[in-house]
Amino acid sequence: MDDAAEAPDAPRATPSRLARFLGSDLWLNFRRSKLAIGAFAVTLLMFGLAFAAPWISPQNPYDPAQLELLNSNLPPLWNPDGQSPFLLGTDDQGRDVLSAVLYGLRLSLIVGMLGVVVSGFLGIGLGLVAGYFGGALDTVIMRVADVQLTFPAILIALVVDGVAKASFGSALDTNATILLIVVSIGLSFWVQYARTVRSSVMVERSKDYVQAARLIGLSSPVIMVRHVLPNVTGPVFVIATINLALAIITEATLSFLGTGLPETMPSLGTLIRTGNRFLFSGEWWVVAFPGIALAGLVLAINLLGDWLRDALNPKLQ
Amino acid sequence: MLAFLIRRLAQAAVVLAVVGLIAFAMFRFAGDPVNQIVGPDTPVSERAEIRKSLGLDDPVLLQFGRYAGNVLRGDFGISYQFRQPVTTLLAERMPATLELAFCATLFALSVGILMGVYCALRRETFLAKLFQAISLVGVSLPTFLIGILLIFLFSVTLGWLPSYGRGDTVRIGGWTTGFLTVSGLKALILPSITLGLFQMTLIMRLVRAEMLEVLRTDYIRFARARGLTTRAIHFGHALKNTLVPVITIAGLQLGSVIAFSIITETVFQWPGMGLLFVQAVQNVDIPIMSAYLLLVAAIFVTINLVVDLLYTVVDPRLRTSVGRTA
Repeated sequence: MDDAAEAPDAPRATPSRLARFLGSDLWLNFRRSKLAIGAFAVTLLMFGLAFAAPWISPQNPYDPAQLELLNSNLPPLWNPDGQSPFLLGTDDQGRDVLSAVLYGLRLSLIVGMLGVVVSGFLGIGLGLVAGYFGGALDTVIMRVADVQLTFPAILIALVVDGVAKASFGSALDTNATILLIVVSIGLSFWVQYARTVRSSVMVERSKDYVQAARLIGLSSPVIMVRHVLPNVTGPVFVIATINLALAIITEATLSFLGTGLPETMPSLGTLIRTGNRFLFSGEWWVVAFPGIALAGLVLAINLLGDWLRDALNPKLQ
Repeated sequence: MLAFLIRRLAQAAVVLAVVGLIAFAMFRFAGDPVNQIVGPDTPVSERAEIRKSLGLDDPVLLQFGRYAGNVLRGDFGISYQFRQPVTTLLAERMPATLELAFCATLFALSVGILMGVYCALRRETFLAKLFQAISLVGVSLPTFLIGILLIFLFSVTLGWLPSYGRGDTVRIGGWTTGFLTVSGLKALILPSITLGLFQMTLIMRLVRAEMLEVLRTDYIRFARARGLTTRAIHFGHALKNTLVPVITIAGLQLGSVIAFSIITETVFQWPGMGLLFVQAVQNVDIPIMSAYLLLVAAIFVTINLVVDLLYTVVDPRLRTSVGRTA
């Protein structure tokens, strides 16, 4: 961003990236917004918990050897029937809910982030090409985007998922399923990146620095990636943040509908799907805690994304 | 105007053709249709015969033509899991989905407009801020989580409302309706709220923003100067002018409501098209998947077209500008 470069009596030596960031409007805006700090703290906490899941969970929920049927259906610890160490209770197989939520959080975040990376690569790439070259290529890409935009993303993800399952059948193992879901999410969310990048690139294309780069004989891919792309990153960053929340919701929804991650490797959505069965028999904790974790995660990321959008929008300042 | 109409129709046709191509590709290339029909120990010669009788050896273009012809006549093939024509299955399930979508939209419009107007007129009150906070949560939470929460509150804890199914339905001709029985109406409440909540928050935010904008305009100031009552100004002048974009959005969102009913129908085991589609995805029932995709595409394209046309009818300014560009 160009915020930092404006200090009039800055020393000639370029300050470090950290110093530049600490002097930027973005940082100032962040420190002033309690909501942003709170959302950032929750997001950071969730990422930390997800990352540390294998070391901090009391149990490995994927390891059947660690499950004891004797411990099944225990309520949370603050309930008189609760038992240590099962802080949030256990499900019908004696699986510790806290451990399952931590591992599920990890999986949801991994799939969400990979989904954002795939859709980002696809969208930014197609947007760059469409905006830089224009012409028929541009028309084709944007028409496809228009058609896709008329459908809700979840429907596209479901169809991609279903078709892939029909084509590969039971040959899919757990890792392939994760990959499949990442690809379905990627294919459902690329349009926004492509549109944003394309319109920014069309503005940048006619600027002098691009002409200059062309004159000294740089190739189109080099100009696009090294020179044009860095100038369109602001909006892309905002979309990526908001899309992370959307990708996590999409994965959770797919898993909830039974077309996502299998029960042997449960994400938050799968946990909610399986826990939903116990709602009527009174074991509310099996579904409540994955639900709270998912809701908190998505809400925090959304708030952060909203704040970032407003903070990076010069019209609002 | 005519040129505009023709161009929009052509665009709609192209979109439908593309979706049709995708649906056909799914139908033809995802999995082997013959395998879905015969048992595992059918001899090769018999398989070849079935291939031939299904026309699977013909050129792909010819097959697509045949598929398109069938679709236009309302024939989407036979479901792999139910062994029944897909058209019959969809027709049976359609009333449930349409009634749900209708109630959800009704809920979203009525509550959304009320809350939006309140938030715009009493901007600083606690209730308005509470509505704003609720709308943020409503936008963020996944639909299925809201459904589960409502079931937990109103079915499990309070026991007021049913948590699944349509209740008792009455059959009128080919249409089964839940509007005529008490249990049918009760069964509609939770799914409608779940499905409509997202649209409701959208409409609420839109009404609030539009209303605030309109209240700043000169004609409102002039109306005040004329000594009209606040009530007449707010509801006669301001709200009326807010409603045009609201109705557009609500119309455009109708397609999304139908598509998103996939999730709500799964949570509440609502016997509609969405549930049929999810079961089809789970069981790799390609004919149902492709038919549903085409149907949703047709609904979306029709709604977009109608909204576009209505716009030009309602707003004469658009007509001239379109005429200029065309």
